Amino acid sequence: MAKNKLRELVINRDWCKGCGICVGFCPKKVLELDSREKVIAVRPEECICCSLCELRCPDLAIEVLMDKGDDNDE
Amino acid sequence: MTNSIKFIQGNEACVEGALYAGLEFFAGYPITPSTEIAEHLAGRLPERGGKFIQMEDEIASMCAIVGASLTGRKVMTATSGPGFSLKQEAIGYACMAEIPCVIANVQRGGPSTGNPTHVSQGDVNQARWGTHGDHNIIALTASNHQDVFSITVDAFNMAETYRTPVILLLDEAVGHLREKLVIPEKGELPIVDRLRTSVPKGVDYHPYLPREDGRLPMSDFGGDHRYNVTGLFHDMWGFPSNNPKVVNELLRHLVDKIDNNIQTITRYKEHCLEGAEYILISYGSSARSAIHLAQNRRNKGEKIGVLELQSIWPFPVELVREKCAGAKAVLVVEMNMGQVMAQVKAAVDEPGKVFLANRIDGKLITPSDIKRLLRVIQGRGV
Amino acid sequence: MAVTDYLRERFFPHMWCPGCGHGTVLNSLLRAIEELGLNKNDIVMTSGIGCSARISGYVDFHSLHTIHGRALTFATGVKLARPHLKLLVPMGDGDALAIGGNHFIHAARRNIDITAIIMNNRIYGMTGGQFSPLSGPGKKATTAPYLTIDSEFDIVKLAEAAGATFVARSTTYHAKECIDFLKKAIDHKGFSVVEILSQCPTHYGRKNKEGDAPQMMESYKNNTAKIGSKALAENPSLIARGIFVDVERPEYCQEYDKIIERAMKG
Repeated sequence: MAKNKLRELVINRDWCKGCGICVGFCPKKVLELDSREKVIAVRPEECICCSLCELRCPDLAIEVLMDKGDDNDE
Repeated sequence: MTNSIKFIQGNEACVEGALYAGLEFFAGYPITPSTEIAEHLAGRLPERGGKFIQMEDEIASMCAIVGASLTGRKVMTATSGPGFSLKQEAIGYACMAEIPCVIANVQRGGPSTGNPTHVSQGDVNQARWGTHGDHNIIALTASNHQDVFSITVDAFNMAETYRTPVILLLDEAVGHLREKLVIPEKGELPIVDRLRTSVPKGVDYHPYLPREDGRLPMSDFGGDHRYNVTGLFHDMWGFPSNNPKVVNELLRHLVDKIDNNIQTITRYKEHCLEGAEYILISYGSSARSAIHLAQNRRNKGEKIGVLELQSIWPFPVELVREKCAGAKAVLVVEMNMGQVMAQVKAAVDEPGKVFLANRIDGKLITPSDIKRLLRVIQGRGV
Repeated sequence: MAVTDYLRERFFPHMWCPGCGHGTVLNSLLRAIEELGLNKNDIVMTSGIGCSARISGYVDFHSLHTIHGRALTFATGVKLARPHLKLLVPMGDGDALAIGGNHFIHAARRNIDITAIIMNNRIYGMTGGQFSPLSGPGKKATTAPYLTIDSEFDIVKLAEAAGATFVARSTTYHAKECIDFLKKAIDHKGFSVVEILSQCPTHYGRKNKEGDAPQMMESYKNNTAKIGSKALAENPSLIARGIFVDVERPEYCQEYDKIIERAMKG
């Protein structure tokens, strides 16, 4: 019963506007805004690959690259 | 072929001309005295696989034909004064985005609801300046059904050639009277299709980059080239830009593309103009009376001639100036308060010899009306 | 990301404010199109005027940015002229339902195969924050300094009454739901309406003290409930989300093709 495992959180700093949506709704508090108000993954090891940050981002600035687990039925 | 001779209303002659020119899509709304155009096309278009839709209002009709034109179809709508007013914003959009379309305005008494079942020629200036901003436009007109037919074909050809809306300034008298029309054989009148791009799939297509000859090749929506169309000032890719250089060049282009081709666009007819001392300048149904008077008086030795304008915009300044040069007086015969007269006065070398012979009560101006004014002018020793 | 294939990337970052819900709508829409496997050349997007309307400049489809309120009329012309094309019409609440209200009603009445996406931020954002017919009473806006006295109406009910055959509502918080509804709406043959509550933190949120983007989205979560849910049953004043209408009715262009067939037979 292996779950999806995060390979990388790809963040486009040119596109990110630091709105805080992904930070505010991450269930595992993986993300924060840095000193330039761009999102960074401070706790990537906690990421459960729910991908809600990627789906909700208004700037299409974050992508969750994952290794698919066995119980993924896609 | 007997079915190529018809005895029909002017509105139907316009329909015949449009179909001959290749009309494929019509969107409209009922309004007197243009409704017959919509009614005939509702029947004729589907017979040949074309599309007709009665939209919820005049604005929707104008917008719908612009959308359809972008898919590569030849399009038209028809209306009268109040509807023409409603359409202006969308007409301006077609000017800015350079989209071919034809708008028939069968003029009636105005302003406002005015005189729905009576004739006037009150929308001349509105055809030129109805929509806001500097822009250019082509407006054509005709006084008899044979010419309504051919000028309608011209309207489509010019819309396709110059990528512009073209106004057909008809009027209630011509629109509703019945007269003979001989429909030309296929191929007798030239038909122009829009220039389409030869840029292959996968290569960048620029919808607003003029060729050396000034023409802009189009690409049908749904085809291989995806681009943007907007009413904002835009760059050659069709994307919004307020860059001063871009704005300046685009605005000049929109105006110049028609002004620079005025000689090719100008349409007119001469009646008894040879050696005329008194020249009647007229258009639309007014011209019928002017022509009748001129021919009638010529037979009695009076040198009255008619310069019948069939293109009102761009106004043929040089033509009018040249033709009126030798005349003692010029009478502009129209059914409004002098909209074309103002243009004629500005065009001729001696504006003092330009007079207005008009009628604005909803009745067709008669040869007697014109003669009466002519005698007054002559009585003044002009 | 595969969805960026559908973008005109050279125009990114887009012009919307940080936290604007419209970006999330764009995100959901592109994913819906990707999942449907549509061909870019078959898609025409027409839009009107406003922040919502700017979406058409960012997508790599045939895009037609028209005049305020009239996007559905241009779309009707495109669709009837070439019925095989997929018409997507994103509009703001004011664009679609104030100046565009009449066209909305008639497009629904015709059941013409167009997908209307109402990006409802309850404000006129582009022009600086005036109230819209969807703002509701008691709201502050630049043209309502003493608060609005206008009531809003229910877009879903209006669409249904006018004849739309697919009507759904969601919010930018519910991004996955948006993708699902948009997919179904686009796939549906007939007039589809998807209303998406989309936050405008800059004008509406700030003036009405509804917070920043995450806070406004949190209130979308708290103040809405799925149709048929216990939460909605217990508290009917919550805004209902879901698919409200999903029926089949003759589609306009198909019916017109039958007219052509009849007319050509003579």
